[in-house]
Formats: sequence, structure tokens, C-alpha cells
Amino acid sequence: MAEIEVRNVQKRFGEFVAVHDSSFTIRSGEFFVMLGPSGCGKTTTLRMIAGLELPTSGQILFDGEDVTFLRASRRDIAFMFQLFALYPHMKVFDNIAFPLKCHGVSRRERRRRVEETAALLRIEHFLHRRVSELAGGDRQRVALGRAIVREPRAFLMDEPLGALDTEMRELMCGELRTLHDRLHATTLYVTHDQMEAMSMADRIIVMNHGVIEQIGAPQEIYDRPRTMFVADFIGSPSMSFLRFEGAVRTGQSSVAVGEAVVEVPELRESRAHGALALGVRPEHVRFSDASALRGRVYGTEYLGTTQIVTVETDHGPIRARMSARQRVAPGENVGIECRPGHLVVFDAHDGRALDSGLFRRGADG
Amino acid sequence: MKAETGAAATPATGGKAVAHSVAESSPGLRWLAGLVVVVYALVTMIPLVWILLTGFKTPQDSISYPPKVVFEPSLEGYVNLFTNRSRQTPEYMASLPPPETWYDKLVRSRNMVITGPSRFKDRYVNSVIIGFGSTFLAVFLGTLTAYAFSRFRVPLQDDLLFFILSTRMMPPIAVAIPIFLMFRELGLSDTHLGMILLYTAVNMSLSVWLLKGFMDEIPREYEEAAMVDGYTRLQAFFKVVLPQATTGIAATAIFCLIFAWNEYAFALLLTSGNAQTAPPFIPIIIGEGGLDWPAVAAGTTLFLLPVLIFTVMLRSHLLRGITFGAVRK
Ligand SMILES: Nc1ncnc2c1ncn2[C@@H]1O[C@H](COP(=O)(O)OP(=O)(O)OP(=O)(O)O)[C@@H](O)[C@H]1O
Ligand SMILES: [Mg+2]
Repeated sequence: MAEIEVRNVQKRFGEFVAVHDSSFTIRSGEFFVMLGPSGCGKTTTLRMIAGLELPTSGQILFDGEDVTFLRASRRDIAFMFQLFALYPHMKVFDNIAFPLKCHGVSRRERRRRVEETAALLRIEHFLHRRVSELAGGDRQRVALGRAIVREPRAFLMDEPLGALDTEMRELMCGELRTLHDRLHATTLYVTHDQMEAMSMADRIIVMNHGVIEQIGAPQEIYDRPRTMFVADFIGSPSMSFLRFEGAVRTGQSSVAVGEAVVEVPELRESRAHGALALGVRPEHVRFSDASALRGRVYGTEYLGTTQIVTVETDHGPIRARMSARQRVAPGENVGIECRPGHLVVFDAHDGRALDSGLFRRGADG
Repeated sequence: MKAETGAAATPATGGKAVAHSVAESSPGLRWLAGLVVVVYALVTMIPLVWILLTGFKTPQDSISYPPKVVFEPSLEGYVNLFTNRSRQTPEYMASLPPPETWYDKLVRSRNMVITGPSRFKDRYVNSVIIGFGSTFLAVFLGTLTAYAFSRFRVPLQDDLLFFILSTRMMPPIAVAIPIFLMFRELGLSDTHLGMILLYTAVNMSLSVWLLKGFMDEIPREYEEAAMVDGYTRLQAFFKVVLPQATTGIAATAIFCLIFAWNEYAFALLLTSGNAQTAPPFIPIIIGEGGLDWPAVAAGTTLFLLPVLIFTVMLRSHLLRGITFGAVRK
């Protein structure tokens, strides 16, 4: 299994920059998920790693070996495509055997490996069916079989579950992760679905408009978002932002949001007077009559055991997650208190998080 | 088949939608639609049936008025088509030994003797060589060209495609004189090679444009998957793209063959003996021994057969292909 390094890679299509100067390393045996909204350059990055597209500049290295100009067939990787999964004119068996055939593996060996793979994925019973007769989930299993049959250096998967319904997707997520735990293959998995990313990844890379926003473990990305984009993209519901004007100094451990003074992790960065935003996750918000930060209940969304209450404040809407048994009436005036240890202060201009004790904790582990 | 592109199977609507709207409409409308189709089929079929029948008539029957629909079939037209004959005096006829074959006998009953085979067979073989040869070349080159235009960033792509199309913008015969002179200089006049090259050139625009449409319809991922799996681009092209493109290739081949097979003007101008094809030859039959309609009809019937057979052979591919790739959308 290989380590994949992307070094200062940039990709332009004419004038349009699809991927800006990007660098990251996927460790050997890691399940690495690339997450981002549609059009952010995920597929393009993946295609460059696969050798289907040449970077405009930069290098791609497998285990330290420069493969930037090596053609796809020589890179020894498996690719699961976003839309295409299988050859419709071939039987399931032939589809799985196809990569082996490309590599000139003998007929007997092909048969053995395909049967082994099919057993692993529990698809032995339809090896001789036509692909067109299969249901979506089964097709994805076959596509997966096609990828793993050859024991390549790395798996690249471009939204392989995108076409499945929610239930099937969750099931396949579980299966993929189990399979990875068994094979320990370096995997780069692309998705725009944060739930998929959170549930499967060892580490996540969040991209937006061709720029890497943050790289980190799921927990880290969730708890310590480095940019407002990441904070907004991850979590359901996502982080709320209380926008306010002010100046902050290093060492400060509270900020003034209008009248209210809110305690935050000790800041390690200063900002002259300007637009700031306080990021807070719904589960860190509580109602407290004593708080000076006040708002009006706008509505609630019941989620079984919990509910999400949206409160309109002078600084923008804020969402709170609380027990579904708590009674809240729309229009009610409430005080809002935030759990101090988890708040992030953002520079609202460039969307970057101000360095603070929160991130130091992250660095220590 | 094409609709089933893996997980994101887009249902094949194109053709079905049409079938639905007719099937779902009122019975009256359906009946009317059926009638129109039958009448249209009859109208287009009558000349063909007439030619087929005339080929089996005797010369007298073929010009009788009112036309005979029921008649005693005769192979005289076909015999006349394949032979040269000369009229003899009754004395000479009587002096001959008895006829050896059925066609000898048939010809002698008309007071004629066979002097040798006609040139029809040679012309027909020429048609086959030139028609199929140029079709193969046009489709082969067209497939490669279309693939390149479809998959690679070719410099001046749009201009080149327009240029290829522009060769169709005037009637081919408008360039007949320059081509005639060019062929004479190059020694290509009245050669098979010359005619094959000429028909290939004329068909290239059709084949490139048709096939480019089909190639664009084949997802890139098909060959990319094969390339990631270990094939080179060329292997992926032959093993993955071509099987997917058979539909388009079959349709294109039929159109190219129909053009090359039926082409008359260039053949008349550029060939005389060696490489002459059937189309300019058939009218010559009319001129040779008076108006021998059964022979002309027999020649026409035989002339129609190869395209018919070729089309029937590729029929299953053509049914999909004729919608010009609309199946997937
Ligand atoms: N061959 C190309 N020519 C021009 N622009 C391209 C090309 N391929 C991709 N792009 C552009 O680059 C950007 C990134 O595309 P990419 O396919 O990598 O996005 P993505 O993150 O995979 O999105 P999605 O989630 O929709 O698949 C898009 O704006 C796209 O329009
Ligand atoms: Mg994509």
C-alpha cells in the first residue's frame, strides 16, 4: 500500500482555475475522504492522482516516486467513477475480472481471484447475471469488487454511493469501512456528503472552490473548524454564527457580542476593529434567563429525542439543540448561553478562525 | 443497453416516449396512423415490386398494355443481362447442333445465339470492391477521427470540423472537372484505387460527423476505467470503445455504402472500362439491343440486393443507431 503525496498541484482549464496550489499527503493504509460542495475540484484532483489528467503545475508522488507524468495504466491504482460503474455489456464475472484481464492474468488465476473477491463481498450468487439486471446497491458492490480484485496500490473512489438511496448508502458506508479495516488499503474517497465523510474517514480534507480549507480527523474538523466555510459545511445542523463588530487582542478570553460578554477559549491572535463572527454549535447552546444575549424563538424542528430551536437575535439566527421534552413557544423571548470551551471566533472578512486555546488543545491531541 | 451505464442508469426515454404516445392515444387515431403507414409503405414498395416482377417477364409481357400482373415467369431478362447475343438467319440456326444448356435454348428460341458473357458481372464486382472498400475506409478513418475530435483537445477543432463538413456544401459533381484532371495526372482514372479514394473522401464528412455524435455519447469513463485498470489508450479504444460504438459504426457504414453504391456521376465520368461500376452500366443495357426492360429490371434487382442484405445484417444495430444516439438522453 502506497503513500500518496500531492505537492503544489494546480489545475487550470483555460483561464478557469479548478484546483489552486494544493498540497497534502495521504498516509499509507489511510481512509482519506475529500469533502466539498459540487464543483470544488474533487473529481479533478482525483483524476490527476489517477493519471487521467495532467496537472498544470506541481507534482504527484507515490511512495516518494514522482508519477506526475506516468500514464494511468502504470500507476497500479483502482478507480471507482462518479457515474460510470460497470460495463453494461458484460456479465458481473467479466466486469470483476476485467482489471485482471488488462494485466494479463491467466484464466485460472482470474477465476480464483474473482471468486475470492465475490465471497468477500457476498455477491457469489449473481456472478453470472448481467449487470443491467442488478439493483443499485448490488452494482456498487460489483464495482467495488472490480476495484479490490487486483490488490492495487491505492483506491480512488469518486462518490461511489452518490446514486444510491439513503438507506442503501448508509449500509454501503458501513460495508466500505469494514472492508477497509480488513484490507487496510490506502483509500481516497470523494464525496459531498458530510455524513459519509464523518462516518468513514480517518482523515478528511475539506475543499471549496479549488482551495483546501482544512485537513484533519473528523472530530477535529467538527470541533475545531479553521474556516467559516468548514464550520458551515460540517454538522447537521451546521454551526451558527453570531456576527458582531469589535477588536480583539491576544490573551483575551471573552468577546463582547453587543451588550453581552461571551467567554471564549483564550485568543492567541489580535485583530483591529472589524467584522467578527462567533461560531457556536447547536449542542453548545442553552437557554438561560440570566444571559444578556437575548433573542426571540423563531421555530423548532423536532428530531425525536432532541429538537433544534432557531432563535433570532440581533446578531443573526442561532440554533440550539435541546431535549425534545423542553417546552418552547415560538415568539418567546429567551436568554442564550454558550458553553465557553467550544466557541470559535472568526474574522468575518476572510472567514478564517482566529487562533485560540481551542486549537492549541487540538495540537496537543 | 446503452441506457444502463452503471449505477446512474438513466432510463431510456428517447425511443420509448414516441411509442408511448402512439400506444396511449385513442384507438381511432391509432387506426389512422396504421393506415398512413401501410399506404406509405405500399406507395414506396410498388416501384420495387414492379422492378422485381419485370425482371421475370418476357420482353413482350414487359411492354404489354394494360400491364400484366399475372404472367408466366421467365429468366430471359437475367440471361440477357449476363450475355451478349447476336441475331442469326433461320438457316444458320438450323445448322447448329442442339442447344446444350437451358439458357442456350432460351436464347435460340428468339432466333439468337450467345456470343459471350456480357460485362455486367465485371461491373458488378467493381461495384462491390469499390463500394465496400470505400465504405470500410471511410468508416475506419472516420471512427479514428471522430474519436480524436471527441476525446482530445485538437487545435482548431471547430474549424477543422467545419472544414470537414464544408466538403459537403456543394454537389460533389461541381468538382468533377478538377478531379477528372487530377486523376488523369495521377494515373488514377479508371482504377479501383482512384474510385475507392474518391468515395472515401466524399464520405468522410458524413462519417466523421455521425460518428463524432456517437463517440460523444459514450462516457469517457468507459475507456478511462480500462486505462486505469491497465490498458493503454489504444487497447482501451479497441476493446472498450469500439464495442460500445458498434451501433454508430453500423449506421454510418450503411449510409456510406448507400452513397458509394449508388453514385453515378463520378463513375460515369472517371471510369470507362476497367473500374466501371454498375450504375453507369445499367443504362447501357437499354441502349444495346433495343428497350430490353426485363434485362434492365434484372440488373436493377441484382443491384439492389447487396445494400439490402448489408442493411438487414446490421439491422439490429441500426434500430438503435438510427436515432443518432438519442437513446441515452
Ligand atoms: N475538462 C474540463 N474543462 C473545463 N472545466 C472543467 C473540466 N473539468 C472540470 N471542470 C471545471 O472544474 C471545476 C471542478 O470540477 P470537478 O468535476 O472537479 O468538481 P467536483 O468537485 O467533482 O464536483 P461534483 O461534486 O459536481 O462532481 C468545475 O467548475 C468544472 O466545471
Ligand atoms: Mg465530481
